[in-house]
Parts: sequence; C-alpha cells; structure tokens
Amino acid sequence: MRAIRNLLNQIKAYPSAVVGLCIIAFMITLSIYAVIKIPYREAVRLWKGGENVWIEYPRNARPEWFNLFYKEKQPVTIVMKTTETPELKTVTDLGNGIAAQDIVFEFDYQYDGFPAELSLFFTSKFTTARPNVEIKWITPDGREINMQSMSLRPSEAYRISQDTRLPRRLNGLQPEKGLFADPANPNKVLKGTYQLVVSGLVFEPEANIEATFVLYGKVHGIAGTDHLRRDISVALLWGAPVALSVGLVVAVGTSLTTMCLAACAVWFGGWIDWIIRRINEIVMILPLLPILIMIGLFYSRSIIVMMGCTALLGIFGSGILSYRSMFLQTKTSGYIEAARAYGASNFRIIFRYLIPKVIPVLIPGFVTQVPSYVFLEATLAVLGLGDKDLPTWGKLLNDAYSEGALLTGHFYWVVEPAVLLVLTGFGFAMVGFALDRIFNPRLRGL
Amino acid sequence: MLSVETARERAVPAARRSGGNLWRITKYTLVKGTTLLITVIIAVYLTILIANMGGYVDKMRESELRFQIAEEINQNEELRLLTVQERKTYEEEVFRVRAKQLGLDRPFIVKSFIYLWNGLTLNLGRAIHLTSDAGSAYVDNIIGERLAPTLLVMASSQLLLFFSAMFFALFLSRRYGSRLDRLVVAMAPTSAAPAWFYGIFLIMIFAAVLHWLPFGGMIDAPPPPGFWAKVGSIIKHLILPISAFVASSFWLSSYYWRTFFLIHSSEDYVDMAKAKGLTGRAIERRYVLRPTLPTIITSFAMTLIGLWTGAIVFETVFNWPGLGRLTQQAINMFDTPVIVGVTVIYAYLLALTLFLLDIAYAIVDPRVKLGGGENGS
Repeated sequence: MRAIRNLLNQIKAYPSAVVGLCIIAFMITLSIYAVIKIPYREAVRLWKGGENVWIEYPRNARPEWFNLFYKEKQPVTIVMKTTETPELKTVTDLGNGIAAQDIVFEFDYQYDGFPAELSLFFTSKFTTARPNVEIKWITPDGREINMQSMSLRPSEAYRISQDTRLPRRLNGLQPEKGLFADPANPNKVLKGTYQLVVSGLVFEPEANIEATFVLYGKVHGIAGTDHLRRDISVALLWGAPVALSVGLVVAVGTSLTTMCLAACAVWFGGWIDWIIRRINEIVMILPLLPILIMIGLFYSRSIIVMMGCTALLGIFGSGILSYRSMFLQTKTSGYIEAARAYGASNFRIIFRYLIPKVIPVLIPGFVTQVPSYVFLEATLAVLGLGDKDLPTWGKLLNDAYSEGALLTGHFYWVVEPAVLLVLTGFGFAMVGFALDRIFNPRLRGL
Repeated sequence: MLSVETARERAVPAARRSGGNLWRITKYTLVKGTTLLITVIIAVYLTILIANMGGYVDKMRESELRFQIAEEINQNEELRLLTVQERKTYEEEVFRVRAKQLGLDRPFIVKSFIYLWNGLTLNLGRAIHLTSDAGSAYVDNIIGERLAPTLLVMASSQLLLFFSAMFFALFLSRRYGSRLDRLVVAMAPTSAAPAWFYGIFLIMIFAAVLHWLPFGGMIDAPPPPGFWAKVGSIIKHLILPISAFVASSFWLSSYYWRTFFLIHSSEDYVDMAKAKGLTGRAIERRYVLRPTLPTIITSFAMTLIGLWTGAIVFETVFNWPGLGRLTQQAINMFDTPVIVGVTVIYAYLLALTLFLLDIAYAIVDPRVKLGGGENGS
C-alpha cells in the first residue's frame, strides 16, 4: 500500500503522467458508464438492429455541437406522434360510421439549414374499407401546398422527400428544400411556424388513423449518426470498455510471460533455452497479422478468439529476443555471481535480481504495448475483421472508411473514434514513460 | 538465435584468429541459413495447418483441379460434342483419377505435406477473383507484381526513419536536458498510434481539406507520359505515406535511442575515453556506437519485421498497390489462395530479414568471428 502511495507521489512530479492518469481514469469511468447505461445485449441489439431500431434517426447527421461553431444553424430531428400526443388529432363524427380524423403537426422552424429528409408514417386500423388521407403543407406565410392524397394500408410510409411529383409544385426544388424555401430566395429558409395537415376520413366506426411525422435533422446527439442512421455515440461508448480490456489483458499478460520466459531461458540455459529459442524462431517467422486474418476469415471473428491468438503469438516474437539479450548482459554481472555465491535459489535470482535489473530498460516497450493492442483491435476492424457483434472504435473507422467519409466530408465520423483511440493510446503511453523514468535510476531526473 | 552466450571470453591464439575468419563466417552463415530454412518450413506448415483446419486448402485444390479439367474438355474437339450428362460423368471420372494422382483422397497428414511443398514453392494455383494487372490469375504472378511497391514505400520510409532517428538521438544524448531533449521526451507517447492512423489524419488534412496531395494510390491515373514525370508522380504519392510512417515512429525511436545512448555513454570506458581527451565524435563512434552495434542492428531488424506485417492496413489506408492492399482485397473477396500465398510470402520475407540480420551480426560482432557460431543451432 505504501509502495503504491510512494509511486503516486513520484508520479506527481511528472505533469504528463498526471495527464495520462487522468485520461486513463476518464476512460475507465466512460467504460463503467457505458456498461451500466447500455448493457451488453442492448448494445449488440442496437448496433445490429437495422431500420426498425433507427427509423426515426437521420442519416449521416453531424453531431449537434457543430451548431455552436457555425453561424448557420442546422436543424435537429423533430418527431411528432399522435400515439404520444393525442391532442394532435381531432375526430369529428360525420354519421353513418364515417368520421373525419384531422391531424395537424405544427412546429416552429427556426433553423438556417434545410432538413435532410421528411417522412410520414401511418398505422391504421380498419376491417374492409381503407381510410383515406389528404396531406397538405402550410407555410408560415400562409401558402398551402397539396402534397398527396392516398388510401392507407395498415402500415404505410409516405416518404415526402422521395415524392417525385412534389418538385413540380415546388419550382423544381427537392421537397425537403422546396417546402421550406423562402419564395423570394429559394436558397434561404423561411423561418416560422409550419403546419403539416393530414385530413383523414375513416369509413368504419372502429377505424382509426395514427401518424408519425419525422423531420430528419442534419445534426444529431453528441456524436452524430452513420450511414445506417445508427447513433454513433453507442459505439463510441462501447468502444471504451472493449479497448481497455483488450489492451490491458493482452499487454500485461504477454509482456509478463515474455519476460519470465526470457529470464528462465537465460538463467537455466541448456535445453530450456534451446526449446524457447526454437519456438521463438518459428513464431517470429509466422506473420501475426496475416495469421490473425486467416483465423478471422476461416474460424471466428470473436474478439476473445482473436485476442487469445494475439496473446499466444505475442508471448514469443521479437520481444523475447531483446529481453534475452538484456538478461544475457545482466547474467554476467558481479552481483548475480555474489547472489549465487551466498546460495540464492534459482527462483530468487530470477525474480529478485535478473528481472528487476532489466525492468528499467524494457519499460518503454512494455508500456507501449497497451496502446499497440488497442490499435491492433482497431487494425483488424479496419480490415473488416472486427468482432461481428460488438460496436467498437475500429468498426466505426472501418464503416467510415468504406463509406468514403473522408471523400464526402463526414470528418466527424472518422475523427470521433480516432480521437478516443488516440486518447487511450497517449494516456497509457504518457504514464508508461513517466514510470520508466521513475523505475530507471539511471534516467531519474532526465 | 544469436548464440552470444556461447561466446566465452577465450584466449584465442593470434594465428588461429587471423586464419579462419572467412571460413568461420561462411560456416556460420550456412548454419544459420539452414536453420532458417527449417524454421520457414515449419512456419509454412503451421500456416497451412491453420488454413486447412476448416478445409479451405482442400476446397482450393479441388476447385483448381475441376477448373483444369473443364478447360481441357473445352479445348478437346471430340469431347465438346458430348451431351451435358455424358460430359458430367466424364468430368467426374477424370476428377476422381486426377485427385487420386494428386493425392487429394489421401489422409490429411499426407496431404498436408503435399500442400506444404506447394506452399513453399508458391505453387498455389489460381486466385478465385483477383487478377494481376497483367491479367494473370496465378497467385504467384499476382504476388510478384505487388512486391515492388511494398518494398518501395516500406524501405524508403523505414531507412529514413531509422537513420534520422538514430542520428537525432546521438545529437540529443550529447545535450540532454536541453529544451529539444525535453520536447522529445514529451512527444514520445505520441508514437502509441500506428502509422496508418496518422495516415488517416494526414489524408484528411492534406488531401481532403487542403487538396495539396493525392488521397492515395501510387501514381496518377492515367500515368503521366515520360519517365521523369512518372517518377515525380510517384514521389508525390509517396510523401503522405512516408510522412505518416515518420510521424508515427520518429519521436519514440529518438527517445528510445537517446535513452540507450545515454545509458551507454555512462559506462566506465566512455568516461575513460573522455578522460583521455578524445573528441565527442570519436567517443561516439568508437565507444558508444561500436559496442552497441549488435543491439542497434537487432532493433533495426525488428522494426523491419514489424513493418512487413504493419503494411497491410497502412497500404489499405493509402490505397497503395502493394502486398498489404492485396491482402485486404483478398479478405474482402474471400480469395483463399491469395491469403495463404500472402502469408507464406510474409513468412519468407521475415525469414530473409532474419537471415540478413545474422550475416550482419557475423560481420559486426567480434564474438561470432571468434567461433561462437560453431555452437550455432
């Protein structure tokens, strides 16, 4: 306990390490929050859910805070449902079982940008006679635009932005533009209160119309949305626990094993050394990434399998060689000789004298491993071999890249996961470099 | 692998030392070469075992054989007249016989050695979807075509990085504690992100926003006429990949080497040299660089090894038409023969790197010259 407090006191002397520790603490908090807020199953369901889950979300919307930096404010998504606010609907009985069901969606539009899309979704209840609706648009300056009249099936979607007849009534403008454009200046939005009026007629006493109006915005939430309308913040949140656990477990596991193996190989020499070196030679020739790719393609993309194989191959490989050459130098030192002379056991010599001696020199490598495994996960994901269920930062990058986010200017989509990856990587690296200087007496004060 | 521990400090008679140096180095190299060859064979065997655990190599061979037979039938005037049914039975018949000849019906253990031989000789048959730019569908042709671009970008960035970082580090170690030195220490953690990651940012800044440099690729499409215009275009396309590489590793490498040199320049013999009044440069060359040369070479080889496999995403991000991009394409198209071929090629490249490392060792490490290599492997 005192050792830890001591260490923390020493770390305080290095501002970069304090920053690093804060970043790590932030990431851990974020991970815990993610796991509590969105349980594993929910995260998987959300991320793999298609249109059904995300139908009321805009496509490729930027994060909402973009509005703070631009003079032209972009709209957020507006969703209005008669099921949630029944006041939107007025029913007038016309006798003979016929009733007029009028729905008025009224909203105040004070944004400078046009919306991305407009849609109306109907669900209706009837037995034989299909209800009929007439849809009308009323602008703030009182113009009335007839949009469509249709008879409804039990579930009907009227995608206003895709109505090809509408532009003819809107001076050739796309509906989402034309409906909002100022008649004097078609590139400007006419701000004010708009109304979407749905005049419905039902022909049976029990029949009913419910409608949902969605005005898809151009900005959404704190992280924006992707090409499948998914809220990116879900993957950003869930990427944190995945990255942290992958990085920590694999890095700590492999580097400790590697160091112990190298120490044993050097200390015992003989056939133990021979076997470890032979295995090492073979594993060094096995190219890690192609092997992981084959495993991912042919067997399983599960993150546990992939990282397990990484750890297995990571124990051997180039690391063990540099550890070994360090141990070889140390082995001939006088104090090891002295330890042997006073009769120290093999175990004691390896763990009390050999390993502590090389820790200082090896710590940079050791610590940069945490980020390197975090990035390995991202690398695999970018190659399209990410875990098939879990949303991760790497998968976000992969989606962004394969959808050409850089070419189409959706930079937020690339930058958000990238910044989190970088933060995690830098956080660990900063702490690691400070630890290096603390543990390495020869570097102290540099 | 480097049998340093067997190099005991022996008192070697002067005559013996001068006489057998060349022979020893040759022998050492031969021993190392053979060992590596055996290692490569085992590594490729493992690769094939992994690939075939799901039966993919089997399928690969069978479809290759069926394709051949169908081709032969198409080219044979008489056989082309057969009805569909007859043709099918004939095909099956030939397939059965040929499969037996090739040993496809034999137990897995026997087959795996056949695959091993094919893998080692890169006789992997046809790719399923991919073709080389020259139009060949053979895996070895495809891979051969992609090797040069990978070598170009990797070698140039790696050499630049290695030498610039090392000399910069030597410079730093002379004036440690300076502002520049502290800057390097502060910047070292930025190397936690791999080169492709920096690549994304560089592309975003210099290609997407500023439009100064191309998004990716190796040469303008269509290629400009004239040799020098082509070279210029390639250099223009090389700038971002190389910058990404250097940006990702320069600070850490400098930091690593600086620390390394600092530790080694506090050795007693360096102090001794200083006491003798040697110049800083002479001390660096003779007392710091010389004894640490083996470590430096090892480290260089390790970065090379890291780079071979690191190329895959790197080239994908930069759309660089090398081995890495090929791998990525093969993944997307599920082109098994190409993937196995690439893995084998990477194994060869790694082995070659290690072999060159060993030779370099034989040249710089006096302990090898003195006969340490005899107990080689």
